[in-house]
Amino acid sequence: MINRSRLESVTERIIEGIIRFCGFSAILFVFGIFFFVFREGSGFLFSGLDIGQFLTSPEWFPTSVSNKRYGVLALLAGTASVTALSMAIAVPFGLGAAIFVSEFCGPKLKETFKIVIELLAAIPSVVWGFIGLTVMNGVIIDLFDAPIGLTVLNGGIILALMSVPIIVSIGEDALKAVPDSYREAAEALGATRWQVIYRVLLPAGKNGLLAAVLLGIGRAVGETMAVLMATGHSVQFPSNILDSVRTLTATIAAELGEAPVGSDHYQVLFIIGILLFTITFIVNLASDLVVKGIRNK
Amino acid sequence: MAKKIEISNLRVRYGQKEALKGVSFDVHKNEILGVVGPAQSGKTTLLKVINRTIEFIPGARVEGTVTIDGDNIQSIKNVNELRRKIGMVFPLPVGLPLSIYDNVAFAPRAAGLRDKSKLDELVERCLIQSALWDEVKDRLDSLGTKLSGGQQQRLTIARALSHQPEILCLDEFSIAVDPVTTMRIEDVLKELRSEVTIILVTNLVQQARRLCNRTAFILNGDLIEIDSNEVMFSDNPAQKMTYDYVHGNFG
Ligand SMILES: Nc1ncnc2c1ncn2[C@@H]1O[C@H](COP(=O)(O)OP(=O)(O)OP(=O)(O)O)[C@@H](O)[C@H]1O
Ligand SMILES: [Mg+2]
Repeated sequence: MINRSRLESVTERIIEGIIRFCGFSAILFVFGIFFFVFREGSGFLFSGLDIGQFLTSPEWFPTSVSNKRYGVLALLAGTASVTALSMAIAVPFGLGAAIFVSEFCGPKLKETFKIVIELLAAIPSVVWGFIGLTVMNGVIIDLFDAPIGLTVLNGGIILALMSVPIIVSIGEDALKAVPDSYREAAEALGATRWQVIYRVLLPAGKNGLLAAVLLGIGRAVGETMAVLMATGHSVQFPSNILDSVRTLTATIAAELGEAPVGSDHYQVLFIIGILLFTITFIVNLASDLVVKGIRNK
Repeated sequence: MAKKIEISNLRVRYGQKEALKGVSFDVHKNEILGVVGPAQSGKTTLLKVINRTIEFIPGARVEGTVTIDGDNIQSIKNVNELRRKIGMVFPLPVGLPLSIYDNVAFAPRAAGLRDKSKLDELVERCLIQSALWDEVKDRLDSLGTKLSGGQQQRLTIARALSHQPEILCLDEFSIAVDPVTTMRIEDVLKELRSEVTIILVTNLVQQARRLCNRTAFILNGDLIEIDSNEVMFSDNPAQKMTYDYVHGNFG
């Protein structure tokens, strides 16, 4: 008896230790990555780089021989425009689909949908980029009579297709988590199906739905390969959705291999990494605050 | 005595399981009808048939007819119209995740009422009727789900009254409510009798005895007996089983 309980307390302690280790290592990794990125870029960040110019100039000429200029405004605008467009498409579609799957689908159709959605989520981003490069490119050229189809529109649609599965599956989870008793109560009060959805389910599931949207945005901001292939890769400030652009992530992916290690150019790419870090951090923080605000109301 | 609801030969099956095995009885206008019976006997099922929320349960099949004011409820096209005639209170309070005010205003709004002053008045009246007004009148904007269990139950009663139903169904409303509040709600029900027809499903035989005009005794999906309380709780109801049940000799 005594032996057994001692054994139990030892295993208990070991398990606790493992769990603790896992938790701390996650934090460690995040800080480690940040530290590494920061170290690679910090030399140039603190001496040499004009941060004002970096953030406000649209001129990105890192390899010019006579006059190197490192301005990321155009790249930022590229990321922002593609992300905004993709969210404008993906959020209504994704949330609509989540509501459909969770509230209107029969069980069989629901299974089919979930499988399809999971399949969509599993398609590697290169494949999406390839679709953008070939299929969408042609479609956009034909449809809009544009000289080139690798544009904000193309990238936005591709990114939307990539974020929709995330928004749908997480959004559906959020709606599924709303207790059935809410639905029953609302229906017993004579609310129509649609009234039940927008008066009860959406308010009750708003935290989860918000998380779904934010993860979708996260995916869109961070995506590299697909946008690299679908947006035309030309550094310019987009004036409409049929312009080609280049995003922050695509720039890192495309140029890091060519920049000599330790050079200014190399370091600037890491500074862009820091910038991306900051953007995601702000998005996460903002969402946290929003969710907390909603909760406390 | 005018008939409000007529139930005839009502059978309900959940898949293979028969929850109601052909019951027939009437509910009179402006009475409080008690429905008693041990667990699993089909009481909740009965209420679900009346407001047709049974339709949400996959595999549930209903035979027989239920009429309200002579109209077969199965042939009512707009089921929401039917549900607005019926107030429903569930055993465990379900405060919707909305403010107290919005909880009570939910059904009137769903039915199309927009006028703010009318809504205010309605919300106040329902909360007064359900004996909750004094406790919440200063915080109508806070979440209904943050009230105590007993308060939430009174909130659901206010909500059930908010669309001015002709029929009020209560399913074991006092499970999560303290005795004092239960008595207050019982008083409210007695007052409401003049306006609405009430079906009170309860596990507490004494509650049915105190409150109801007539009581129905259901056992395993069969209606054993329905009669006025004078008969049901007397020493010689028609069925021996009724006597045993109401005197706590079995179940
Ligand atoms: N959704 C359902 N699916 C399958 N069977 C069900 C369902 N709801 C109820 N039943 C079955 O129908 C029978 C009657 O259930 P019901 O809930 O009407 O009983 P009740 O009298 O309200 O019981 P209680 O006093 O415990 O609330 C039970 O045998 C129950 O198992
Ligand atoms: Mg029940």
